[in-house]
Amino acid sequence: MFEAIAFYLFAFLTIAMFFITVTTSQALYALTALAAGMIFISAFFFILGADFLGAVQIIVYTGAVMALYAFGMMFFDTTRDVKEKKGNKYIIVGLSTLAAILVVVIVAVPMVSQNVVALYPAIDGVGNTQEVGLVLFTKYLVPFEVAAIMLLVAMIAGIVLAGKKMDLSITLMNDAAIEEEKNKKVLS
Amino acid sequence: MDTAYLIETIIKVVVILLIFSALAGIGTYFERKILAFMQRRLGPMYVGPYGLLQVAADGIKLFTKEDIIPTNVVGPIFKIAPVITAATAFIAAAAIPFFPQFTIFGYTVHPIVADLNIGILYILGVMAVGLFGPLLGGMASANKFSLLSAARTAAVFISYEVVSGLSILAPIMMVGSLSLIDFNNYQTGGISHWIIWSQPVAFVLFWIAAFAETGRTPFHLIANDHEIIDGFGTEYSGMRWGLFFIGEYANMFFISFVIPLIFLGGYGDGSLLGALGLIGKVAFFFFFFLWTRAAWPDVRPDQLMWLCWKVLMPLAVINVVITGLVMMF
Repeated sequence: MFEAIAFYLFAFLTIAMFFITVTTSQALYALTALAAGMIFISAFFFILGADFLGAVQIIVYTGAVMALYAFGMMFFDTTRDVKEKKGNKYIIVGLSTLAAILVVVIVAVPMVSQNVVALYPAIDGVGNTQEVGLVLFTKYLVPFEVAAIMLLVAMIAGIVLAGKKMDLSITLMNDAAIEEEKNKKVLS
Repeated sequence: MDTAYLIETIIKVVVILLIFSALAGIGTYFERKILAFMQRRLGPMYVGPYGLLQVAADGIKLFTKEDIIPTNVVGPIFKIAPVITAATAFIAAAAIPFFPQFTIFGYTVHPIVADLNIGILYILGVMAVGLFGPLLGGMASANKFSLLSAARTAAVFISYEVVSGLSILAPIMMVGSLSLIDFNNYQTGGISHWIIWSQPVAFVLFWIAAFAETGRTPFHLIANDHEIIDGFGTEYSGMRWGLFFIGEYANMFFISFVIPLIFLGGYGDGSLLGALGLIGKVAFFFFFFLWTRAAWPDVRPDQLMWLCWKVLMPLAVINVVITGLVMMF
């Protein structure tokens, strides 16, 4: 009974939060509702007994949304409403409803036809973390490593794009050297 | 899930909430006294014996002060931000074993609200969510100092989360579990079994990251009084500001519990002496928070970033690699 109560509570909260995210014209509301929604999703993992994934959901998405806040801070005055260009309302509502129904159908059809079988069923007496590790390093080893390489590529690209004057450190320079560096920038 | 379990959990939650809310108040008394002695002053001494009732006076002031919501702030976010800080601090405490289990009137009590098998991950994750409080409060305040504070919060969060995560990875590899109770049981063999002796680097790194996550003095740049007034707290008054305060102190206490549990043997074999030992360790780490505040200057934001990305993070990665190699061969 507790599980049912928790599920419906968090289902309602998650949907409400994402609804606010989509409909509000205030950047701060949207970001906060997004963060709250992401954290509420972790509740479903905890209800299903996947504690590890629940905690990872909290850690990963709070960090990701925090970065979004930083961008919001740079680009908007977050205490004011954003003026949005609104297109045809009916098209937006119609398309999003259609997309939602499609997603539900795609996920639900294999369940209805009962073809879903766990390829790696949960082993008794083995912790949550170990089970994730087991699947990650056997069945999904190649996607896992490819993801790692993609992240490495992104990191190197980021360093190359942002890494001008990486050999200079304001922390290690004295005031005279900093002044000199500033003047150089003005002249060039 | 029977009724007895439910009642027991509710009682535990209420007890933890009451004790640590009160400790937050008493913590300020200790902080003021210790800072005063280190600076050759007397500290609070007029209200009650040795100034002890100063805590009550401050509490009454906070509760009865007018709760001001300035005109230009984003109301709902501004109102909810302090609640996030205080609430997440206590939510994180759900996975901390405060004591060894004990029997009272023939009923065995486990002084942990939820014995998750991923305790550490949960605690670090939820404590990190607590930084949304300063961030949201700063961004909603319509005040340039608050906004600066919010920007610094985001920077500290994104960088020091990496250090605390990587530094804790090496002990986790040794223990092979994420539960704090397993960590404690790994070290029951006495002082020579403590993880600090095999993982001194991880211990220091985690300790430094703890200062960043609680926003205490060497890394107090989130709310540095002498450059950005009170940062995210500038526009707050009354009990909303008090909630930020309770959250910060509760976080200090909880992280003071987590460090000994991971590195310093926790409550040991579960005897009364072990439990008292844990309290002693917690008291030392809490005292150290105050000690650094009296003894150390604050670092600049760029120094903080330099320290995190160019010193602490490489050290943490090297530590993980060496631990892995040692465990493999």
